[in-house]
Amino acid sequence: MNRWNMTDSKLKKITVALAGNPNSGKTSVFNMLTGASHHVANYPGTTVETVQGTCTHGDFRIVFVDLPGAYGLTAFSTEELVARKFIIDEKPDVVVNVIDTSNMERNLYLTTQLIELDMPIVLAFNMSDVAEQRGIVFDTARLSELLEAPIVPTVASKTKGRIALLDAIVVVANASRKPRTHRITYGDEIENALSQIELLVSAEQPALAVKYGSRWVALKLIEQDGDIIAKIKDTRLIDVVSDAVAKLKTIFRDDPEVVIAERRYGFISGACQESVKATVELTHTTSDLADAVLTHRVFGLPIFLLMMYLIFYLTFSIAAYPMAWLEHFFNWLSVLLASIWPAQTDNWLRSLIIDGVIPGVGGVLVFLPNILILFLAIAVLEDSGYMARAAFVMDKLMHRIGLHGKSFIPMLIGFGCSVPAIMATRVLENKRNRLTTIMILPLMSCGARLTIYSLLIPAFFPQNWRGPVLWLIYLTGIVLAVIAAKVLRLTVFRGDTTDFVMELPPYRVPTFKSLSTHTWMRCLMYLKKAGTVILAFSIILWVAMNYPRVSEQSAAGLSPNQIRQAQLANSVVGRVGKAIEPVIKPLGFDWKIGTALIGATAAKELFVSQLGIIYAISSYEDASAATLRQHLQADYSPLVGFCIMLFCLISSPCIATIAITRSETSSWFWAAFQFFSLTVLAYIITLVVYQIGSLVIAL
Amino acid sequence: METTITRPLSQVAEGQIVNIIKIVGGRGLRVRLTAMGLLSGTQVTVVHNGRSGPFVISVKNSKMALGRGIVDKIMVS
Repeated sequence: MNRWNMTDSKLKKITVALAGNPNSGKTSVFNMLTGASHHVANYPGTTVETVQGTCTHGDFRIVFVDLPGAYGLTAFSTEELVARKFIIDEKPDVVVNVIDTSNMERNLYLTTQLIELDMPIVLAFNMSDVAEQRGIVFDTARLSELLEAPIVPTVASKTKGRIALLDAIVVVANASRKPRTHRITYGDEIENALSQIELLVSAEQPALAVKYGSRWVALKLIEQDGDIIAKIKDTRLIDVVSDAVAKLKTIFRDDPEVVIAERRYGFISGACQESVKATVELTHTTSDLADAVLTHRVFGLPIFLLMMYLIFYLTFSIAAYPMAWLEHFFNWLSVLLASIWPAQTDNWLRSLIIDGVIPGVGGVLVFLPNILILFLAIAVLEDSGYMARAAFVMDKLMHRIGLHGKSFIPMLIGFGCSVPAIMATRVLENKRNRLTTIMILPLMSCGARLTIYSLLIPAFFPQNWRGPVLWLIYLTGIVLAVIAAKVLRLTVFRGDTTDFVMELPPYRVPTFKSLSTHTWMRCLMYLKKAGTVILAFSIILWVAMNYPRVSEQSAAGLSPNQIRQAQLANSVVGRVGKAIEPVIKPLGFDWKIGTALIGATAAKELFVSQLGIIYAISSYEDASAATLRQHLQADYSPLVGFCIMLFCLISSPCIATIAITRSETSSWFWAAFQFFSLTVLAYIITLVVYQIGSLVIAL
Repeated sequence: METTITRPLSQVAEGQIVNIIKIVGGRGLRVRLTAMGLLSGTQVTVVHNGRSGPFVISVKNSKMALGRGIVDKIMVS
């Protein structure tokens, strides 16, 4: 048999789940094993993502699934529940448990729960070089015997231990399973209750017993695990469990799950006592020194703000060059297509591609440099360990509006563009916090809206008023975001702000490989997810702006600009603009503004070019902005001008934002919720401002 | 000054080493803290105890930031 001629289909498949504590280096182990072959997927129905990657080792094709970082497998957090459900439902052939060896006992806590689930485990003792430096010596053979799982020392950042780890996975996947000899025991009282409940589970709920194992179900029932209790239908079993729990509570004067957790630690320290020796007392000197400065009571905040300013500056200044190139490229592409494609043939298709698809998709692709730099910067912050400190510094302030310290980062990015900002909310672990942050993010006035302000402010306000008006617009957005966050946390996303408990990981120098894979994955996701939806929406919007066509007769004798004007007025968008005029009249708006506002849903800056078309000003004229301003001054008062800006600030986010909200929350509901609630809010506020403003002016 | 009186962790000065006696509070919080290695008998060092903002402790080889609400619920001596 020639093994080198084997095709992929002949390779045997092994599925491996990667589990470990946050900061255990799980992701770098994953990167080491799979190289760049990644595939990100949101776990169905949650905002928690799982990443998949594959590698070929000998005769095996190994599929790795990177589970969310978790300290345990309880039903108390989404991440832990996702990890647990994956392990139980997908039954991976092997679970690789990544252990940060400088923190053995706590990391092994997750291992005890994998043992309870009776999973075939391989332990990757990661960062074993650091442990060595710190003088931690372990008897791997002895520990492996006690935990009944092979142990492979790895240094993922230096690709050490890769082959040994893959070998161990293959061995475990192919070994026949034997019952464990070292079971975790929880003491006589709990063990008695366990065996009693176990029998009942096997008798009354055989399906559960087969799927999860009766001992595990019994254990979870005593731990009062919400997810498992919900699966129990037998009332007698429920009664027996509550009796047992009540009895155990009186015996221990504590909740049984806390006692069980302590017994797990007992098992761990038993195993470690025999096999782990720490010869040197750990000192945190360098890390402590850095923390003393970076989380300083006085300097911590300015340092963080400076850091953010730097990222912000890099994202929007360095990216400006490649963005300009991309813009030029798409312009060039349009012009090129227009010149080689004669205008007479296939007019609608030509226009769809040149006026609809290229500007629509191009308009999204130009943000790619932004996304790339931003996510590179975020990856540096996360990998270096600074992110945890930043959250710590901002937490007190953000806590007051019901958000987490980490929410501040996406909010700041939102001033540039809502799309990367919404993607950046991935740093938030708590679902409620994350959704609240996503919902309010469009209120951070983005760069595209600045185009609108820079058209309108000079049109309506004298020189020395311009700065303050712009400041007022931005400030309004921030104040509304704060209020909206508070309101959302008290209503839709009610629930305790999870108390702040966070590990401050040791500072590390980020590796190039980890940074590049992180950034690349984010970029790819942006292209795939936003790209497809944007393409669809650009086509729809193009149709709505170009149909029904103006008849040839009515177009006769008009200049090209006038034809465009007539076309827009006659189109679906123009008609809707006219139809909503009675609704937006109380805001001081007429159909022209209405039409431009509808067009602005594609991208906020389109408001300006739409107004240009409505006033039949050629966008190729150099003085187009100045001419447009004269028209606006003639038609509207400064109050209306201010109200337009206010409405643009608050109202419906652009298509790209809607698309990204949809893909990040995995739900059209939240995208629609964001769209409608912001539009209603914009309407109410603009209405109040315009009506009161009109009264004041009339006085 | 060495003291053995049971008190909340929030009352412990910077640099002192104490043992956790018990954690009062909701089941969710207690299970989470346990999984993170904070349980009765654990020795913790207070690294940072400012008048406001989070509280930093060091447990074994890791550092943790805890919210104000939590440090009042961890009883130590």
